[in-house]
Amino acid sequence: MEDLYRELIIDRYKNPLYRGTLDPNDITFQDDNPLCGDHIQIDLRVNGDGRVQEGTFDGHGCAISQASADLLVESIMGKTLEEVKQLTKQDVLDLLGIELGPVRLKCALLSLKVLKAGVYGLGEASDDLIEA
Amino acid sequence: MKPINTDEIRADFPILRREIAPGVPLIYLDSTATSQKPDTVIQAMDQYYRVYNANIHRGVHTLAEEATAAYEKARETVADFIGAGSAREIIYTRNTTEAINLVAMTWGRANLQSGDTVVLTEMEHHSNLVPWQLIAAERNLKLEFIEVTPNGLLDLDSYRKLLQDHPKLVAFAHISNVLGTINPAKEIIALAHQAGSVTMVDAAQSVPHIQVNVQDLDTDFLAFSAHKMCGPTGIGVLYGKKQLLDGMPPFMGGGDMIKRVYLRTFAPNEVPHKFEAGTPAIAEAIGLGAAVRYLQSVGMEAVAQHEHEMISYALERLEEVPGVKIFGPTADKKGGVASFTLSGIHPHDVAQILDRDGIAVRAGHHCAMPLHDKFNITATTRASFYLYNTTHEIDQLIEGLYKVKQIFG
Repeated sequence: MEDLYRELIIDRYKNPLYRGTLDPNDITFQDDNPLCGDHIQIDLRVNGDGRVQEGTFDGHGCAISQASADLLVESIMGKTLEEVKQLTKQDVLDLLGIELGPVRLKCALLSLKVLKAGVYGLGEASDDLIEA
Repeated sequence: MKPINTDEIRADFPILRREIAPGVPLIYLDSTATSQKPDTVIQAMDQYYRVYNANIHRGVHTLAEEATAAYEKARETVADFIGAGSAREIIYTRNTTEAINLVAMTWGRANLQSGDTVVLTEMEHHSNLVPWQLIAAERNLKLEFIEVTPNGLLDLDSYRKLLQDHPKLVAFAHISNVLGTINPAKEIIALAHQAGSVTMVDAAQSVPHIQVNVQDLDTDFLAFSAHKMCGPTGIGVLYGKKQLLDGMPPFMGGGDMIKRVYLRTFAPNEVPHKFEAGTPAIAEAIGLGAAVRYLQSVGMEAVAQHEHEMISYALERLEEVPGVKIFGPTADKKGGVASFTLSGIHPHDVAQILDRDGIAVRAGHHCAMPLHDKFNITATTRASFYLYNTTHEIDQLIEGLYKVKQIFG
Protein backbone atom coordinates (compact mmCIF):
# COMPACT_ATOMS: atom_id res chain seq x y z
CA MET A 1 0.00 0.00 0.00
CA GLU A 2 3.02 2.37 0.09
CA ASP A 3 2.14 3.15 -3.52
CA LEU A 4 -1.06 4.84 -2.42
CA TYR A 5 0.93 7.31 -0.37
CA ARG A 6 3.83 7.83 -2.73
CA GLU A 7 5.87 10.93 -2.13
CA LEU A 8 4.10 13.02 -4.75
CA ILE A 9 0.72 12.55 -3.09
CA ILE A 10 1.94 13.35 0.42
CA ASP A 11 3.89 16.32 -0.91
CA ARG A 12 0.94 17.78 -2.80
CA TYR A 13 -1.34 17.14 0.17
CA LYS A 14 0.99 18.97 2.58
CA ASN A 15 2.23 21.65 0.21
CA PRO A 16 -0.37 22.17 -2.50
CA LEU A 17 0.57 24.55 -5.32
CA TYR A 18 -2.96 25.55 -6.29
CA ARG A 19 -4.86 25.80 -3.02
CA GLY A 20 -6.97 28.93 -2.70
CA THR A 21 -9.96 30.66 -4.22
CA LEU A 22 -10.36 33.13 -7.08
CA ASP A 23 -12.62 36.14 -6.77
CA PRO A 24 -13.77 37.19 -9.28
CA ASN A 25 -13.82 33.99 -11.32
CA ASP A 26 -15.38 32.74 -14.55
CA ILE A 27 -16.16 29.25 -13.31
CA THR A 28 -16.70 27.98 -9.79
CA PHE A 29 -18.13 24.70 -8.57
CA GLN A 30 -18.11 22.57 -5.42
CA ASP A 31 -19.29 19.13 -4.35
CA ASP A 32 -18.89 16.47 -1.66
CA ASN A 33 -17.90 12.85 -1.54
CA PRO A 34 -20.38 11.33 0.91
CA LEU A 35 -18.09 8.37 1.64
CA CYS A 36 -15.20 10.21 3.30
CA GLY A 37 -16.79 13.63 3.70
CA ASP A 38 -14.31 15.12 1.21
CA HIS A 39 -15.22 18.55 -0.07
CA ILE A 40 -13.72 20.23 -3.14
CA GLN A 41 -14.27 23.65 -4.69
CA ILE A 42 -12.57 24.61 -7.93
CA ASP A 43 -12.40 28.19 -9.29
CA LEU A 44 -11.17 29.06 -12.79
CA ARG A 45 -10.40 32.20 -14.77
CA VAL A 46 -10.62 31.76 -18.53
CA ASN A 47 -8.93 34.06 -21.08
CA GLY A 48 -10.35 35.37 -24.37
CA ASP A 49 -9.23 32.24 -26.29
CA GLY A 50 -11.26 30.03 -23.99
CA ARG A 51 -8.14 28.73 -22.24
CA VAL A 52 -7.71 28.24 -18.52
CA GLN A 53 -5.55 31.13 -17.32
CA GLU A 54 -5.75 30.66 -13.57
CA GLY A 55 -7.15 27.96 -11.37
CA THR A 56 -7.45 27.06 -7.70
CA PHE A 57 -9.00 24.40 -5.52
CA ASP A 58 -10.16 24.62 -1.96
CA GLY A 59 -11.73 22.17 0.47
CA HIS A 60 -10.87 19.44 2.91
CA GLY A 61 -10.60 15.70 2.96
CA CYS A 62 -8.22 12.81 2.58
CA ALA A 63 -4.77 13.12 1.02
CA ILE A 64 -5.91 11.34 -2.14
CA SER A 65 -8.78 13.77 -2.77
CA GLN A 66 -6.75 16.90 -2.04
CA ALA A 67 -3.61 15.86 -3.93
CA SER A 68 -5.72 14.79 -6.87
CA ALA A 69 -7.38 18.23 -6.97
CA ASP A 70 -4.02 20.01 -6.82
CA LEU A 71 -2.54 17.87 -9.63
CA LEU A 72 -5.68 18.20 -11.72
CA VAL A 73 -5.79 21.99 -11.54
CA GLU A 74 -2.10 22.11 -12.41
CA SER A 75 -2.66 19.86 -15.43
CA ILE A 76 -5.31 22.09 -17.00
CA MET A 77 -3.37 25.34 -17.02
CA GLY A 78 -3.45 26.71 -20.57
CA LYS A 79 -5.87 24.04 -21.74
CA THR A 80 -9.06 24.94 -23.61
CA LEU A 81 -12.39 24.26 -21.93
CA GLU A 82 -13.10 21.74 -24.69
CA GLU A 83 -9.96 19.86 -23.73
CA VAL A 84 -10.98 19.95 -20.07
CA LYS A 85 -14.33 18.40 -20.98
CA GLN A 86 -12.51 15.46 -22.56
CA LEU A 87 -10.61 14.56 -19.38
CA THR A 88 -11.31 11.06 -18.08
CA LYS A 89 -10.93 8.97 -14.98
CA GLN A 90 -7.75 7.52 -16.47
CA ASP A 91 -6.20 10.99 -16.85
CA VAL A 92 -6.57 11.56 -13.11
CA LEU A 93 -5.20 8.11 -12.26
CA ASP A 94 -2.23 8.84 -14.54
CA LEU A 95 -1.60 12.10 -12.68
CA LEU A 96 -1.68 10.29 -9.34
CA GLY A 97 0.28 7.33 -10.67
CA ILE A 98 -1.55 4.81 -8.49
CA GLU A 99 -4.17 2.10 -8.77
CA LEU A 100 -7.29 2.47 -6.64
CA GLY A 101 -10.10 0.21 -5.49
CA PRO A 102 -13.72 1.25 -5.92
CA VAL A 103 -14.03 2.99 -2.55
CA ARG A 104 -10.97 5.26 -2.85
CA LEU A 105 -11.63 5.91 -6.52
CA LYS A 106 -14.48 8.16 -5.38
CA CYS A 107 -11.97 10.24 -3.41
CA ALA A 108 -9.60 10.57 -6.34
CA LEU A 109 -12.29 11.50 -8.84
CA LEU A 110 -14.19 14.08 -6.81
CA SER A 111 -12.05 16.90 -8.22
CA LEU A 112 -12.63 15.76 -11.82
CA LYS A 113 -16.36 15.62 -11.17
CA VAL A 114 -16.31 19.14 -9.71
CA LEU A 115 -14.15 20.49 -12.52
CA LYS A 116 -16.27 19.05 -15.32
CA ALA A 117 -19.57 20.03 -13.70
CA GLY A 118 -18.23 23.60 -13.52
CA VAL A 119 -16.92 23.67 -17.09
CA TYR A 120 -20.13 22.17 -18.46
CA GLY A 121 -22.10 24.69 -16.39
CA LEU A 122 -24.23 22.03 -14.71
CA GLY A 123 -26.47 22.72 -11.75
CA GLU A 124 -25.43 19.48 -10.10
CA ALA A 125 -22.40 17.20 -10.31
CA SER A 126 -23.07 13.71 -11.62
CA ASP A 127 -21.14 10.44 -11.68
CA ASP A 128 -21.86 10.45 -15.44
CA LEU A 129 -18.99 12.95 -15.75
CA ILE A 130 -16.41 10.44 -14.52
CA GLU A 131 -17.77 7.19 -15.92
CA ALA A 132 -15.60 6.87 -19.02
CA MET B 1 -25.98 -23.31 -29.25
CA LYS B 2 -24.94 -26.28 -27.10
CA PRO B 3 -28.10 -28.11 -25.99
CA ILE B 4 -28.53 -28.83 -22.30
CA ASN B 5 -27.15 -32.08 -20.95
CA THR B 6 -29.34 -32.61 -17.89
CA ASP B 7 -26.93 -35.11 -16.33
CA GLU B 8 -24.21 -32.46 -16.30
CA ILE B 9 -26.57 -29.70 -15.15
CA ARG B 10 -28.06 -31.81 -12.36
CA ALA B 11 -24.60 -32.53 -10.99
CA ASP B 12 -24.22 -28.77 -10.37
CA PHE B 13 -27.21 -28.71 -7.97
CA PRO B 14 -26.47 -30.46 -4.66
CA ILE B 15 -30.12 -30.47 -3.54
CA LEU B 16 -31.07 -32.65 -6.49
CA ARG B 17 -29.13 -35.51 -4.88
CA ARG B 18 -31.46 -35.42 -1.89
CA GLU B 19 -34.07 -38.06 -1.12
CA ILE B 20 -37.46 -37.03 0.30
CA ALA B 21 -37.76 -40.42 2.01
CA PRO B 22 -35.38 -43.40 1.87
CA GLY B 23 -35.26 -44.48 -1.77
CA VAL B 24 -37.54 -41.63 -2.91
CA PRO B 25 -35.55 -39.03 -4.86
CA LEU B 26 -36.66 -35.41 -5.04
CA ILE B 27 -38.52 -34.47 -8.22
CA TYR B 28 -38.56 -30.70 -8.08
CA LEU B 29 -41.28 -29.21 -10.29
CA ASP B 30 -41.73 -25.89 -8.47
CA SER B 31 -39.07 -23.62 -9.96
CA THR B 32 -41.64 -20.93 -10.73
CA ALA B 33 -41.95 -20.46 -6.97
CA THR B 34 -38.20 -20.58 -6.46
CA SER B 35 -35.39 -22.27 -8.33
CA GLN B 36 -32.71 -24.51 -6.84
CA LYS B 37 -29.14 -23.20 -6.48
CA PRO B 38 -25.98 -24.50 -8.12
CA ASP B 39 -22.74 -25.06 -6.17
CA THR B 40 -21.10 -21.99 -7.71
CA VAL B 41 -23.74 -19.67 -6.22
CA ILE B 42 -23.56 -21.28 -2.78
CA GLN B 43 -19.76 -21.16 -2.88
CA ALA B 44 -19.61 -17.51 -3.98
CA MET B 45 -21.68 -16.47 -0.98
CA ASP B 46 -19.80 -18.79 1.35
CA GLN B 47 -16.50 -17.34 0.20
CA TYR B 48 -17.66 -13.79 0.87
CA TYR B 49 -18.48 -14.71 4.48
CA ARG B 50 -15.34 -16.78 4.98
CA VAL B 51 -12.76 -14.64 3.21
CA TYR B 52 -13.76 -11.01 2.68
CA ASN B 53 -16.85 -10.24 4.76
CA ALA B 54 -17.02 -6.46 5.29
CA ASN B 55 -19.45 -3.63 4.84
CA ILE B 56 -19.30 -1.87 1.50
CA HIS B 57 -18.76 1.68 0.20
CA ARG B 58 -17.44 3.01 3.52
CA GLY B 59 -14.35 1.23 4.75
CA VAL B 60 -10.97 1.64 3.11
CA HIS B 61 -9.44 -1.59 4.40
CA THR B 62 -8.72 -4.52 2.13
CA LEU B 63 -11.85 -6.48 3.04
CA ALA B 64 -14.06 -3.45 2.42
CA GLU B 65 -12.44 -2.82 -0.94
CA GLU B 66 -12.85 -6.45 -1.96
CA ALA B 67 -16.47 -6.60 -0.80
CA THR B 68 -17.31 -3.33 -2.54
CA ALA B 69 -15.65 -4.50 -5.75
CA ALA B 70 -17.53 -7.82 -5.70
CA TYR B 71 -20.87 -6.12 -4.95
CA GLU B 72 -20.40 -3.63 -7.79
CA LYS B 73 -18.98 -6.25 -10.16
CA ALA B 74 -22.20 -8.23 -9.72
CA ARG B 75 -24.14 -5.13 -10.73
CA GLU B 76 -22.12 -4.96 -13.96
CA THR B 77 -22.70 -8.67 -14.58
CA VAL B 78 -26.46 -8.15 -14.22
CA ALA B 79 -26.41 -5.08 -16.48
CA ASP B 80 -24.59 -7.06 -19.15
CA PHE B 81 -26.99 -10.01 -18.78
CA ILE B 82 -30.13 -7.94 -19.47
CA GLY B 83 -28.49 -5.59 -21.96
CA ALA B 84 -28.71 -2.43 -19.84
CA GLY B 85 -26.75 0.56 -21.15
CA SER B 86 -25.07 1.15 -17.79
CA ALA B 87 -24.64 -0.66 -14.47
CA ARG B 88 -26.05 2.47 -12.84
CA GLU B 89 -29.45 1.56 -14.24
CA ILE B 90 -29.41 -1.55 -12.02
CA ILE B 91 -30.95 -0.99 -8.57
CA TYR B 92 -30.67 -3.80 -6.04
CA THR B 93 -33.92 -4.45 -4.19
CA ARG B 94 -35.11 -7.30 -1.98
CA ASN B 95 -37.08 -8.92 -4.78
CA THR B 96 -39.42 -8.21 -7.71
CA THR B 97 -42.14 -7.12 -5.29
CA GLU B 98 -39.97 -4.48 -3.68
CA ALA B 99 -38.80 -3.25 -7.10
CA ILE B 100 -42.40 -2.71 -8.23
CA ASN B 101 -43.30 -1.04 -4.92
CA LEU B 102 -40.26 1.22 -5.34
CA VAL B 103 -41.56 2.43 -8.71
CA ALA B 104 -45.10 2.85 -7.39
CA MET B 105 -43.99 4.79 -4.32
CA THR B 106 -41.37 7.03 -5.98
CA TRP B 107 -42.10 7.42 -9.69
CA GLY B 108 -45.80 6.91 -8.96
CA ARG B 109 -46.04 9.51 -6.22
CA ALA B 110 -44.09 12.02 -8.31
CA ASN B 111 -46.02 11.50 -11.54
CA LEU B 112 -49.54 10.17 -10.89
CA GLN B 113 -52.35 12.63 -10.21
CA SER B 114 -56.03 12.24 -9.40
CA GLY B 115 -57.94 10.88 -12.38
CA ASP B 116 -54.87 9.38 -14.12
CA THR B 117 -55.15 5.88 -15.53
CA VAL B 118 -52.83 2.93 -14.88
CA VAL B 119 -53.24 -0.09 -17.16
CA LEU B 120 -52.50 -3.58 -15.80
CA THR B 121 -53.61 -7.03 -16.98
CA GLU B 122 -55.99 -9.61 -15.58
CA MET B 123 -53.15 -12.13 -15.31
CA GLU B 124 -50.96 -10.18 -12.89
CA HIS B 125 -49.28 -11.66 -9.85
CA HIS B 126 -50.43 -9.83 -6.71
CA SER B 127 -47.03 -8.13 -6.62
CA ASN B 128 -47.86 -6.17 -9.78
CA LEU B 129 -51.40 -5.48 -8.65
CA VAL B 130 -51.49 -4.50 -4.98
CA PRO B 131 -48.77 -1.78 -5.16
CA TRP B 132 -50.84 -0.05 -7.85
CA GLN B 133 -54.02 -0.51 -5.81
CA LEU B 134 -52.27 1.21 -2.89
CA ILE B 135 -51.15 4.21 -4.94
CA ALA B 136 -54.53 4.26 -6.74
CA ALA B 137 -56.33 4.63 -3.41
CA GLU B 138 -53.90 7.32 -2.30
CA ARG B 139 -54.07 9.32 -5.54
CA ASN B 140 -57.57 8.47 -6.74
CA LEU B 141 -56.30 6.75 -9.91
CA LYS B 142 -58.28 4.66 -12.38
CA LEU B 143 -57.03 1.08 -12.75
CA GLU B 144 -57.86 -0.62 -16.05
CA PHE B 145 -57.06 -4.16 -17.13
CA ILE B 146 -56.09 -5.78 -20.40
CA GLU B 147 -58.41 -8.76 -20.70
CA VAL B 148 -57.27 -12.36 -20.78
CA THR B 149 -58.82 -14.55 -23.49
CA PRO B 150 -60.22 -18.04 -22.63
CA ASN B 151 -57.03 -19.63 -23.99
CA GLY B 152 -54.87 -17.50 -21.70
CA LEU B 153 -53.57 -14.80 -24.01
CA LEU B 154 -53.79 -11.04 -23.58
CA ASP B 155 -56.53 -9.49 -25.70
CA LEU B 156 -54.60 -6.78 -27.51
CA ASP B 157 -57.81 -5.28 -28.94
CA SER B 158 -58.96 -4.52 -25.39
CA TYR B 159 -55.49 -3.05 -24.80
CA ARG B 160 -55.69 -0.73 -27.81
CA LYS B 161 -59.03 0.60 -26.54
CA LEU B 162 -57.54 1.29 -23.11
CA LEU B 163 -54.68 3.22 -24.69
CA GLN B 164 -57.13 5.73 -26.17
CA ASP B 165 -57.40 7.05 -22.62
CA HIS B 166 -53.63 7.82 -22.65
CA PRO B 167 -52.74 5.98 -19.43
CA LYS B 168 -49.75 7.28 -17.49
CA LEU B 169 -48.41 3.77 -16.97
CA VAL B 170 -48.75 0.29 -18.46
CA ALA B 171 -47.48 -2.48 -16.14
CA PHE B 172 -47.61 -6.16 -17.07
CA ALA B 173 -46.08 -9.58 -16.54
CA HIS B 174 -43.67 -10.66 -19.27
CA ILE B 175 -44.51 -14.32 -18.56
CA SER B 176 -47.53 -15.34 -16.48
CA ASN B 177 -46.62 -17.35 -13.38
CA VAL B 178 -49.86 -19.33 -13.72
CA LEU B 179 -50.62 -19.66 -17.42
CA GLY B 180 -47.02 -19.54 -18.59
CA THR B 181 -48.11 -17.18 -21.37
CA ILE B 182 -45.20 -15.33 -22.96
CA ASN B 183 -46.75 -11.92 -23.55
CA PRO B 184 -45.69 -9.88 -26.62
CA ALA B 185 -43.74 -7.44 -24.45
CA LYS B 186 -42.07 -5.52 -27.27
CA GLU B 187 -45.39 -4.83 -28.98
CA ILE B 188 -47.14 -3.90 -25.71
CA ILE B 189 -44.32 -1.47 -24.88
CA ALA B 190 -44.22 0.11 -28.35
CA LEU B 191 -47.98 0.68 -28.26
CA ALA B 192 -47.72 2.15 -24.75
CA HIS B 193 -45.00 4.56 -25.82
CA GLN B 194 -47.07 5.66 -28.83
CA ALA B 195 -49.82 6.56 -26.36
CA GLY B 196 -47.33 8.44 -24.18
CA SER B 197 -47.32 5.87 -21.35
CA VAL B 198 -44.41 4.75 -19.21
CA THR B 199 -43.91 0.95 -19.05
CA MET B 200 -43.10 -1.43 -16.19
CA VAL B 201 -42.38 -5.09 -16.94
CA ASP B 202 -42.69 -7.74 -14.22
CA ALA B 203 -39.94 -10.00 -15.53
CA ALA B 204 -39.84 -12.36 -12.52
CA GLN B 205 -40.73 -15.30 -14.78
CA SER B 206 -38.92 -14.19 -17.94
CA VAL B 207 -35.37 -13.15 -17.00
CA PRO B 208 -34.66 -16.60 -15.45
CA HIS B 209 -36.00 -18.49 -18.46
CA ILE B 210 -35.50 -16.59 -21.73
CA GLN B 211 -33.03 -14.06 -23.09
CA VAL B 212 -34.28 -10.60 -22.07
CA ASN B 213 -32.73 -7.42 -23.45
CA VAL B 214 -34.08 -4.23 -21.89
CA GLN B 215 -32.84 -2.00 -24.68
CA ASP B 216 -34.42 -4.20 -27.33
CA LEU B 217 -37.68 -4.20 -25.37
CA ASP B 218 -37.24 -0.45 -24.82
CA THR B 219 -39.06 -0.72 -21.49
CA ASP B 220 -38.81 2.10 -18.97
CA PHE B 221 -38.76 -0.20 -15.92
CA LEU B 222 -38.26 -3.94 -15.48
CA ALA B 223 -38.08 -6.02 -12.30
CA PHE B 224 -36.95 -9.53 -11.40
CA SER B 225 -35.77 -11.67 -8.46
CA ALA B 226 -32.51 -13.58 -8.02
CA HIS B 227 -34.06 -16.58 -6.29
CA LYS B 228 -36.01 -17.65 -9.36
CA MET B 229 -32.84 -17.69 -11.50
CA CYS B 230 -30.51 -19.96 -9.52
CA GLY B 231 -29.60 -17.13 -7.12
CA PRO B 232 -30.33 -16.51 -3.43
CA THR B 233 -33.45 -15.10 -1.81
CA GLY B 234 -33.36 -11.56 -0.45
CA ILE B 235 -32.16 -9.82 -3.58
CA GLY B 236 -33.90 -8.59 -6.70
CA VAL B 237 -33.33 -6.02 -9.36
CA LEU B 238 -35.06 -2.95 -10.64
CA TYR B 239 -33.87 -1.83 -14.06
CA GLY B 240 -34.87 1.71 -14.98
CA LYS B 241 -33.87 4.10 -17.74
CA LYS B 242 -31.36 6.40 -16.14
CA GLN B 243 -33.17 9.58 -17.09
CA LEU B 244 -36.27 8.36 -15.24
CA LEU B 245 -34.29 7.14 -12.22
CA ASP B 246 -32.48 10.48 -11.97
CA GLY B 247 -35.80 12.29 -11.79
CA MET B 248 -37.32 10.08 -9.11
CA PRO B 249 -37.34 10.91 -5.39
CA PRO B 250 -35.58 8.43 -3.05
CA PHE B 251 -37.44 5.35 -1.80
CA MET B 252 -36.20 4.73 1.75
CA GLY B 253 -34.01 7.02 3.80
CA GLY B 254 -30.81 6.08 5.60
CA GLY B 255 -27.15 5.44 5.06
CA ASP B 256 -25.57 5.19 1.60
CA MET B 257 -28.49 6.93 -0.14
CA ILE B 258 -27.29 10.40 0.87
CA LYS B 259 -24.70 12.80 -0.42
CA ARG B 260 -24.89 15.19 2.56
CA VAL B 261 -26.98 15.23 5.68
CA TYR B 262 -27.91 18.18 7.88
CA LEU B 263 -30.04 18.07 11.00
CA ARG B 264 -33.23 18.97 9.16
CA THR B 265 -32.52 18.14 5.51
CA PHE B 266 -30.41 15.97 3.27
CA ALA B 267 -29.11 15.85 -0.31
CA PRO B 268 -29.65 12.45 -1.97
CA ASN B 269 -26.84 10.40 -3.47
CA GLU B 270 -26.77 9.58 -7.17
CA VAL B 271 -28.29 6.48 -8.79
CA PRO B 272 -28.12 3.62 -8.11
CA HIS B 273 -27.17 4.38 -4.48
CA LYS B 274 -30.05 6.84 -4.09
CA PHE B 275 -32.37 3.82 -3.96
CA GLU B 276 -30.20 1.55 -1.80
CA ALA B 277 -30.57 2.82 1.76
CA GLY B 278 -28.79 0.98 4.54
CA THR B 279 -26.46 -2.00 4.45
CA PRO B 280 -27.73 -4.07 1.52
CA ALA B 281 -27.79 -7.82 0.93
CA ILE B 282 -24.08 -8.00 0.06
CA ALA B 283 -23.62 -11.77 0.03
CA GLU B 284 -26.84 -12.10 -1.94
CA ALA B 285 -25.74 -9.57 -4.57
CA ILE B 286 -22.54 -11.56 -4.97
CA GLY B 287 -24.66 -14.73 -5.21
CA LEU B 288 -26.82 -13.09 -7.88
CA GLY B 289 -23.70 -12.29 -9.88
CA ALA B 290 -22.62 -15.93 -9.64
CA ALA B 291 -26.11 -17.07 -10.70
CA VAL B 292 -25.99 -14.88 -13.79
CA ARG B 293 -22.56 -16.20 -14.70
CA TYR B 294 -23.88 -19.75 -14.27
CA LEU B 295 -26.83 -19.10 -16.59
CA GLN B 296 -24.51 -17.38 -19.07
CA SER B 297 -22.22 -20.41 -19.06
CA VAL B 298 -25.18 -22.65 -19.92
CA GLY B 299 -26.61 -20.12 -22.37
CA MET B 300 -30.10 -18.65 -22.18
CA GLU B 301 -30.99 -19.93 -25.63
CA ALA B 302 -30.27 -23.47 -24.43
CA VAL B 303 -32.26 -22.89 -21.23
CA ALA B 304 -35.28 -21.64 -23.20
CA GLN B 305 -35.03 -24.50 -25.71
CA HIS B 306 -34.84 -27.10 -22.94
CA GLU B 307 -37.86 -25.64 -21.17
CA HIS B 308 -39.78 -25.59 -24.43
CA GLU B 309 -39.07 -29.31 -24.82
CA MET B 310 -40.16 -29.91 -21.23
CA ILE B 311 -43.45 -28.01 -21.51
CA SER B 312 -44.28 -29.56 -24.89
CA TYR B 313 -43.78 -33.04 -23.45
CA ALA B 314 -45.61 -32.19 -20.20
CA LEU B 315 -48.68 -30.82 -21.97
CA GLU B 316 -48.79 -33.84 -24.27
CA ARG B 317 -48.62 -36.25 -21.33
CA LEU B 318 -51.06 -34.27 -19.13
CA GLU B 319 -53.66 -34.28 -21.89
CA GLU B 320 -53.63 -38.09 -21.80
CA VAL B 321 -54.85 -38.12 -18.20
CA PRO B 322 -58.67 -38.26 -17.97
CA GLY B 323 -60.10 -35.38 -15.94
CA VAL B 324 -57.11 -33.08 -16.37
CA LYS B 325 -57.85 -29.54 -17.53
CA ILE B 326 -54.86 -27.40 -18.47
CA PHE B 327 -54.95 -23.61 -18.29
CA GLY B 328 -53.08 -21.28 -20.61
CA PRO B 329 -52.00 -21.34 -24.25
CA THR B 330 -50.34 -24.05 -26.31
CA ALA B 331 -46.66 -24.88 -25.83
CA ASP B 332 -45.45 -22.58 -28.62
CA LYS B 333 -46.79 -19.53 -26.74
CA LYS B 334 -45.71 -20.42 -23.23
CA GLY B 335 -42.80 -20.94 -20.89
CA GLY B 336 -42.25 -23.97 -18.65
CA VAL B 337 -45.38 -23.62 -16.51
CA ALA B 338 -48.28 -26.13 -16.52
CA SER B 339 -51.23 -25.23 -14.29
CA PHE B 340 -54.08 -27.72 -14.27
CA THR B 341 -57.02 -29.10 -12.35
CA LEU B 342 -57.93 -32.73 -11.86
CA SER B 343 -61.69 -33.20 -11.96
CA GLY B 344 -63.27 -33.56 -8.49
CA ILE B 345 -59.98 -33.47 -6.56
CA HIS B 346 -58.69 -30.36 -4.81
CA PRO B 347 -55.19 -29.23 -5.88
CA HIS B 348 -53.96 -29.36 -2.28
CA ASP B 349 -54.85 -33.06 -2.14
CA VAL B 350 -53.15 -33.62 -5.47
CA ALA B 351 -49.98 -31.93 -4.26
CA GLN B 352 -50.02 -33.76 -0.94
CA ILE B 353 -50.26 -37.17 -2.55
CA LEU B 354 -47.60 -36.33 -5.15
CA ASP B 355 -45.28 -35.31 -2.31
CA ARG B 356 -45.31 -38.89 -1.01
CA ASP B 357 -43.49 -39.81 -4.20
CA GLY B 358 -41.03 -36.96 -3.75
CA ILE B 359 -42.74 -34.81 -6.38
CA ALA B 360 -42.79 -31.11 -5.45
CA VAL B 361 -45.52 -29.10 -7.18
CA ARG B 362 -47.38 -26.00 -6.08
CA ALA B 363 -51.09 -25.93 -5.30
CA GLY B 364 -53.23 -22.87 -4.75
CA HIS B 365 -53.95 -19.56 -6.43
CA HIS B 366 -50.24 -18.81 -7.01
CA CYS B 367 -50.66 -15.18 -5.90
CA ALA B 368 -53.03 -14.56 -8.80
CA MET B 369 -56.51 -14.69 -7.26
CA PRO B 370 -58.19 -12.43 -9.85
CA LEU B 371 -56.96 -14.68 -12.67
CA HIS B 372 -58.41 -17.74 -10.93
CA ASP B 373 -61.69 -15.85 -10.45
CA LYS B 374 -61.68 -15.12 -14.17
CA PHE B 375 -61.49 -18.84 -14.93
CA ASN B 376 -64.04 -19.63 -12.19
CA ILE B 377 -61.69 -21.82 -10.20
CA THR B 378 -60.35 -21.46 -6.68
CA ALA B 379 -57.02 -23.16 -7.19
CA THR B 380 -54.84 -25.10 -9.59
CA THR B 381 -51.96 -27.53 -9.34
CA ARG B 382 -48.87 -26.12 -10.98
CA ALA B 383 -45.87 -28.04 -12.27
CA SER B 384 -43.05 -25.84 -13.51
CA PHE B 385 -39.78 -26.67 -15.19
CA TYR B 386 -36.25 -25.36 -15.32
CA LEU B 387 -32.93 -26.28 -16.85
CA TYR B 388 -32.43 -29.27 -14.53
CA ASN B 389 -35.74 -31.06 -15.16
CA THR B 390 -36.08 -34.18 -17.30
CA THR B 391 -38.81 -35.96 -19.26
CA HIS B 392 -38.37 -38.85 -16.81
CA GLU B 393 -39.53 -36.53 -14.03
CA ILE B 394 -42.59 -35.60 -16.08
CA ASP B 395 -43.34 -39.31 -16.52
CA GLN B 396 -43.17 -39.64 -12.72
CA LEU B 397 -45.62 -36.76 -12.36
CA ILE B 398 -48.09 -38.42 -14.72
CA GLU B 399 -47.76 -41.71 -12.88
CA GLY B 400 -48.36 -39.81 -9.63
CA LEU B 401 -51.54 -38.26 -11.01
CA TYR B 402 -52.90 -41.71 -11.85
CA LYS B 403 -52.18 -42.71 -8.25
CA VAL B 404 -54.10 -39.66 -7.02
CA LYS B 405 -57.06 -40.64 -9.17
CA GLN B 406 -56.89 -44.18 -7.84
CA ILE B 407 -56.95 -43.00 -4.21
CA PHE B 408 -59.96 -40.77 -4.86
CA GLY B 409 -61.67 -43.56 -6.82
